[in-house]
Amino acid sequence: MPADPTSRPAAHRRRPRAAHILGQNSGLILAAAILLLSIIVFAGMFAVQQGRLPGDFEITSTVNNTMPLALAAIGQTIVVLTRGIDLSVGGVIDLTNALAAIFLAGSILHMIVVSLLIVLAGAAAGLINGLLVGLGRLQPIVVTLATLSIFQGLAIRVLPQPGGAVPAGYTSFLVNTNRPTALVFLALAALGWMGLRRSRLGVNLFAIGNDPQAAIALGVKAVRTRIVAYTIAGALYAVAGIFLAANATAGDATTGDGYTLTSIVAVVLGGVSLFGGRGSAVGAICGAFITTMIVNILFFAHIDPLYQSFYEGLFLVIAVVFGGLIGRLVRSGR
Amino acid sequence: MSAAAAAAAESVAAVAAREVSKAFGGVQALRSAPFAAAAGEVHALVGENGAGKSTLIKLLGGRLPPDSGAILLGGTPVRLSGTADAARHGIGTVFQELTLLPWMTVAENLLIGREPRRALGPIRRGAMAPRAEAVLAGLGITHIDPRALASEISLAERQIVEIARVIIRRPHILLLDEPTSSLVEREVAWLFARIRDLSAAGTAVVFTSHRWNEITSIADRITIFRNGAEVGTFDAIDEDEAITLMTGRRVEALYPPLPPVPADAPAVLEVANASLDGGSELGFSLAAGEILGIGGLAGQGHRELFLGLFGAPPLPRARVTVGGARTTIARPADAIHAGLGIALVPEDRKGEGLLLPLSVRDNLTLPILGRLSRLGVIRGAAERRMSREIIARLGIRTPGPAQPVGALSGGNQQKVLLGRWLLADSRILLFYDVTRGVDVATKHEIYELMMRLAGEGRAILFYSSDTEELAHLCHRVLVLRGGRIATELRPPDLAAEAIVAAAMRDADAG
Ligand SMILES: Nc1ncnc2c1ncn2[C@@H]1O[C@H](COP(=O)(O)OP(=O)(O)OP(=O)(O)O)[C@@H](O)[C@H]1O
Ligand SMILES: [Mg+2]
Repeated sequence: MPADPTSRPAAHRRRPRAAHILGQNSGLILAAAILLLSIIVFAGMFAVQQGRLPGDFEITSTVNNTMPLALAAIGQTIVVLTRGIDLSVGGVIDLTNALAAIFLAGSILHMIVVSLLIVLAGAAAGLINGLLVGLGRLQPIVVTLATLSIFQGLAIRVLPQPGGAVPAGYTSFLVNTNRPTALVFLALAALGWMGLRRSRLGVNLFAIGNDPQAAIALGVKAVRTRIVAYTIAGALYAVAGIFLAANATAGDATTGDGYTLTSIVAVVLGGVSLFGGRGSAVGAICGAFITTMIVNILFFAHIDPLYQSFYEGLFLVIAVVFGGLIGRLVRSGR
Repeated sequence: MSAAAAAAAESVAAVAAREVSKAFGGVQALRSAPFAAAAGEVHALVGENGAGKSTLIKLLGGRLPPDSGAILLGGTPVRLSGTADAARHGIGTVFQELTLLPWMTVAENLLIGREPRRALGPIRRGAMAPRAEAVLAGLGITHIDPRALASEISLAERQIVEIARVIIRRPHILLLDEPTSSLVEREVAWLFARIRDLSAAGTAVVFTSHRWNEITSIADRITIFRNGAEVGTFDAIDEDEAITLMTGRRVEALYPPLPPVPADAPAVLEVANASLDGGSELGFSLAAGEILGIGGLAGQGHRELFLGLFGAPPLPRARVTVGGARTTIARPADAIHAGLGIALVPEDRKGEGLLLPLSVRDNLTLPILGRLSRLGVIRGAAERRMSREIIARLGIRTPGPAQPVGALSGGNQQKVLLGRWLLADSRILLFYDVTRGVDVATKHEIYELMMRLAGEGRAILFYSSDTEELAHLCHRVLVLRGGRIATELRPPDLAAEAIVAAAMRDADAG
């Protein structure tokens, strides 16, 4: 008998490396493809109507408008990876947006301290979700639905009427209106993601989402990991809230409400599995940009904003069905 | 064991349990059971399905805390807070229900917790696959692609990765809960070589299996459990005696006689041009009342064949004739309704068969709900009666039909899966490793059941990772090699050695 008792006689046909990479990242690749397509369609419509290609202004405003959603979607991704879902996104953004509009003022040092405190407030909100889900063993959807209302209520207390102000210097630092410099922050987020992917925490997040029981049997501290996931997500929503305030140069305690839904849309479009364990922040960022592009396209198609959510939903359904089909093709082509 | 003997064994043991008890709700899984395994010893743990073997292993491996009693390491009581804590004490466990993470690669699974890292800490993701490849090769495994997802490889391969993950950490105490349940002989030989290496180096190995030949070939000592209690520890014991202790009754000769296939039995399933690997094609026919075995080394396309005949996914280009009529089986529903009804009992009960959170009853009656309902409403009384009957017939050990299947012991879960298709009354049965993880007495019941089913004219296509079963339970055996039928064996040539020889013929040459 040969030395290796498990070797197969027939040459063990291994799939080429490229096939593994394609198959294991089909969600991300699909998201990038849809994004490219939507950019082309938008650019085409823009060119036809304006007689030129979208320039600095259009690109900058698209990036600046997408920043809050992209950040919220990254947070949502981290939660969804653990087989959770976070509906409190909107409430946390409302609250942090209101705080930013009221307290951002004064010296640079003061503004930095205030910004950090707001991020901490978001993290604290996430921590509450995490404790209830992790320690309390409650359903994420129920917990975050409840905290969504709580945070929304708090936001109204903080800022009963839209208003407040964000200093112009602060705005131009985060969301320069002439150049898409905010992309730097997204690049930082992507870098952070790569770091997470290469850390113990990242491995644990994915492990829990893959199979919670198996992860525990492998020694993963599931409760702690869940708590950390919701907390990081909360901090990211806070950053989204700050960006939103900077963009609007003022605050509104209801402006974040829509992000609960759109962050989930972006995550799904970005190829993150709602069953957990599969997905990436880069995909979520793509998903966020796709969502914005859809809105832009609808605008240029002169579609009544009242029907906007109808079309958003339609695109989501098409993308999900399409994604499922592609996934099946990749698997059966093995 | 007497109390004094237990105390003596405990004090020298690498790992021991002192009078541990564990209950799950109303089920007492362990009743003040003692256990001790010494360094350098291979200690087998045997018992019927539900005897409490896995529960004991989970206690020793830190997966569960005991209700009462204590776990001792080297004579000192310890409290293990989890498997990570156990690992720090040098304990490594292969659990019965596999714990590979399906959407992560083989390399990520294998190296979890000990990934190659850069100086400042980040994991070198690019280095994972080469490292895994080297680690596996060091253990003599070259056929598993470290870049594949765990969900893409076969159950036997998953079991090997799981074992490899634990043994590369070189534990002082190695707990193996039915590690061989889906392995074929060569893979078992591979595992035993690794076990011997480790035990020679002083590792205490605890091993469970329902295959007696494995127990006798690897175990230095054997502890028998019945109903959550230890009933004896032996240096050597013969099979009949052990079975009597395990079951509390005598179980007769293992393999029942095969009912003859009538000469005029019609072919109920004919397969032609089936390609298992996209290359070479095979064909065969299965007659009513016949048990046709499919043998061969792991990974030769058995799984593809069985799943393919059930349409999950279908075999490309294959021509399938069921009960004389050409049939297209594109999905499982086609198979279930095809002419005479085709049923598949798969190997991966966790992933492919059972709905773990649902009750035993719901799992049993799932495919026949249509028949059981009137105007869309399920007839509860009939459902309850049928499920009670099948629970009694197969001896499924459960507190009641309403118990979630996930709470049953591994072997009893397998019986639920089998019972489902008996209820569905399918005429063509695809049995893929149905005795996986099933205890001796129940195996015997399943064998008798197979004979009865064949006697009633049902046709059975049978794969088993246990070659002895193929040799004794089949009218004919087709040995697969490289996606083709290499040999067809019939009595008097049909013997386990002949099957193994045919399966490996060109494995040795190449
Ligand atoms: N999580 C659980 N919830 C409820 N009951 C359980 C649970 N785990 C095990 N049991 C019960 O405890 C008893 C012992 O189960 P265990 O898994 O230890 O048996 P086993 O000897 O390993 O059997 P097998 O050979 O079938 O694997 C069984 O009656 C089982 O139904
Ligand atoms: Mg068990």
